[in-house]
Amino acid sequence: MATRAHRMSGRVAPSGPSAHAAPPLLAAMPALTLIAMLGPVAAGLAGTLLPALGYLPAAGLTDWSTDAFAALWAWPGLGAATRLSLTTGLFATAGALGIVTLILAGWSGTRSFRLLERLLSPLLSVPHAATAFGLAFLISPSGWLARLTSPWATGWDRPPDLLIVQDPWGLAMTAGLVAKEMPFLLLMALAALGQADAARRMRVARSLGYGRVTGWLKTVFPAVYAQIRLPVYVVLAYSMSVVDVAMILGPSTPPPLSVQIVIWMGDPELQRRLVAAAGALLQLGLVVGALAAWRLGEMAVGRLGCLWAMNGGRGRRDAGLRYAGFAFGTLAALAVLASLACLGLWSVAGFWGYPAPLPDTLDLQSWTRHLPGIAAAGGTTALIALAATLAALVLVTGCLEAEHRSGRAITPRGMFLIYLPLLVPQTAFLPGLQTLLLTLGADTGLLPVIAAHLVFVLPYVFLSLGDPWRAWDGRNATVAAALGTSPAGVLFRIRLPMLLRPILTSAAVAIAVSVGQYLPTLLVGGGRVSTLTTEAVALASGGDRRAIGVWGVAQTAAVFLPFALALALPALIWRHRRGLHG
Amino acid sequence: MTKLSTALALSAACLPGAALATDAPDPSDWQAVLDAAEGQTVYWHAWGGSTATNDFIAWTGDRVEERFGVTVEHVKLADTADSVTRVLSEKQAGEDADGAVDLIWLNGPNFAQMKEADLLWGPFAEQLPNWQYVDTEDKTVRTDFTVPTEGFEAPWAMAQVVFMYDTDDMDGALGSAEEILDWSAANPGRFTYPQPPDFLGTTFLKQVLIDITDDNEVLSQPVSEADYDAIVDPLWAYLDELTPTLWRDGRAYPATGPAQLQLMADDEIDLAISFSPGEASTAIADNRLPPAVRTFVLDDGTLGNASFVAIPYNSGSKAGAMALANYLMSPEAQVHAQDPDVLGYGTVLDMDKLSDEDRAAFEALDLGVATLSPDELGEVQPEPHPSWMTRISEEWTARYGTGQ
Repeated sequence: MATRAHRMSGRVAPSGPSAHAAPPLLAAMPALTLIAMLGPVAAGLAGTLLPALGYLPAAGLTDWSTDAFAALWAWPGLGAATRLSLTTGLFATAGALGIVTLILAGWSGTRSFRLLERLLSPLLSVPHAATAFGLAFLISPSGWLARLTSPWATGWDRPPDLLIVQDPWGLAMTAGLVAKEMPFLLLMALAALGQADAARRMRVARSLGYGRVTGWLKTVFPAVYAQIRLPVYVVLAYSMSVVDVAMILGPSTPPPLSVQIVIWMGDPELQRRLVAAAGALLQLGLVVGALAAWRLGEMAVGRLGCLWAMNGGRGRRDAGLRYAGFAFGTLAALAVLASLACLGLWSVAGFWGYPAPLPDTLDLQSWTRHLPGIAAAGGTTALIALAATLAALVLVTGCLEAEHRSGRAITPRGMFLIYLPLLVPQTAFLPGLQTLLLTLGADTGLLPVIAAHLVFVLPYVFLSLGDPWRAWDGRNATVAAALGTSPAGVLFRIRLPMLLRPILTSAAVAIAVSVGQYLPTLLVGGGRVSTLTTEAVALASGGDRRAIGVWGVAQTAAVFLPFALALALPALIWRHRRGLHG
Repeated sequence: MTKLSTALALSAACLPGAALATDAPDPSDWQAVLDAAEGQTVYWHAWGGSTATNDFIAWTGDRVEERFGVTVEHVKLADTADSVTRVLSEKQAGEDADGAVDLIWLNGPNFAQMKEADLLWGPFAEQLPNWQYVDTEDKTVRTDFTVPTEGFEAPWAMAQVVFMYDTDDMDGALGSAEEILDWSAANPGRFTYPQPPDFLGTTFLKQVLIDITDDNEVLSQPVSEADYDAIVDPLWAYLDELTPTLWRDGRAYPATGPAQLQLMADDEIDLAISFSPGEASTAIADNRLPPAVRTFVLDDGTLGNASFVAIPYNSGSKAGAMALANYLMSPEAQVHAQDPDVLGYGTVLDMDKLSDEDRAAFEALDLGVATLSPDELGEVQPEPHPSWMTRISEEWTARYGTGQ
């Protein structure tokens, strides 16, 4: 599948007007982008590697040794923590991808699908930590579901002592990640669907008598997956190294490796930083290994899929799969929406004990208490997110256009470099990044924070925009050039307007990524830059559900608005151009 | 030994003293400090997990701005160690003049670490004008987990272990660690504690150790390999019995103190440890605990310690930080902090040293329904040396925290 996709884009890319040399600024874009992403990562990696090898001069440790690795191997929880990181990451990714695939296969183009799309898209905007908190309250033995059914249906006068949340297999955590990652993959797949020529492929498949799901899987899925595989990798790397969701829904005896790294980092005993660095390197290795395994799995599925397609089975009785996809999608959507409702309810709750189905009293005390803080933090959050997003969009479109005009597709090594900020666990490379900024004397104020956010925003913009950009039909450019339009004219008057929807989607993703950054804001801002997320996470550590409710709702709103605009604007602007709705 | 430590203390006091002359006014010339403080912004790094604490810090900031022209920015931390890391990274990068942190709320191992790594500025605490009111006799304000503070941190609140229990589900107070074990065995799944290395969870372990150990003197010394096993073995025997009777059979634990409080509000547990005698009353007033919750202490007394603020060596606003630290020790701020509707924190001041008017303000406080009076709180046991906390929480993790 992958090879085919590369070959296809390789064919399309040079068909543009490559005779014109790119202007110098445009030619410098790829280099600028790489510096913006890689400088910090390189410093961060050094900042991980050196302590892992025993070198941390600020703590007076300058003897090179492998003691940190020895201490890591000696930690009795290592086996279970490693297993948890792998299983939760792989299962969450496979689950989210599977459900998205079934939904698209069974329902794309139908009215139910638009309903599901409308239900799922806003879920992307609910921050991970907030979802996890809501979900934990929803499903725990004293949670909302239990309260709504107790004691009249369950007989539980007191909450039963059941290990549902924080289960040692990480099931609650995996479920939470599936529910949260599914909307992301769905949105990415939707952006890709417009380029996959799905309608015509399906028409042919259906006219040949293929079942709906089978036909979609055989004809459209390969084209869609080729475009969303990069987001899938991101989901895998993210799910394996996530910290906040794991802390709330995951087990703690032992926790997944990423959480344990943070615990070691936070240990007052400075020696533990070395073990944390060694653990971070192990985590990096795990992520790389899991990605390689996933790649092998892709090849195997691709091989088997070819055989499956060749055998010509029409799969007419695949309606069961169709309804399963719809059920899982709806369940995930409802779970996240109910979690959000929990947050909203807690934000206005007076005392709310078990088994009352609703709070005893409702008041706005929590909101009046936190509103001034939310207004201040919200302004900072918006400023940082917009600046980082704008910078990322300029850099990435510049890179893609330079790539297009030079006719040289990005090399595998180039792709690896784009991935790096998303593959290196945040906890591992941020302290190094912090040291770098301090050395430059640029450690306070908003600019360094924006630069740090850019490191994380850029890859997401690249991953979400790159494929739709490359899949754009180059014949449009050829026609325009033949009619005398300059390369810049093609870019600004044809390509960018046609790609408005994926660009806005990327911008919304970028804003969501920026709004969600906790560690970069805290470490690089020296704690002097307060955003909705730094405040929310600090409050979340206290477990005050009312405060978490208020800040979770505010944080959700900050991300929801851009996504709503990304969906609404293209439909509004191109209301007379049905083909551009994607 | 005593001579050596005195000499070390003296040299420690002298070395930063050189820096003191150049970049910040001498705290004993208080007017000079206030002059320098005016217009400074103090970034106070403090745990931000409690709405009540955050409100108190904001209140303090308003007062200090009003009186001394010092702007206070509360940097809300999820973990105090983030700030320690920050100062450490700044030292690594050579940022010695104007670091991001001006004041840190800390105690115990974080203080011991920072002091040992020369990350703190001072001494300043005992030259602050309000030090005259501090109870240096009966309150552990000059040692922090047995480590002498030597003026490198200023106390602002006293904490003591109490147990919160739900009177709807429990008949009465429990007098010892043994009674807690018996009760938990009779009521399985109704007790838990925050998972070590969380400080409150570790505090529970220390509290049990002190309660079941006869000779507490040995705990004030650093851990010695020779008798570590003999001293700590009874604790593991206790926990081996207790763990299967805990909430979720001891297979999961609440992450923090407030998370444990939430379990009590959800009626998942009936008994919980707290490090603040006033916390239950404040939480009831805040709707975070059911009204039926009350507190008790163990018959032989419970652990107590102080919360401190310290100034990093590279703060650019040391005068402002001192003005704030001094204000925190003032009778006005202390009485506000002790109000259960605000924080319910114990005061560091000595009532006998206060003016009649100030003493009356303290006496007028209604400590709240679930708060024990100073007499009922009983004997305060000193914290063991920080090395015990580290060793015990490490071994706890190996025994109970890794699925063994």
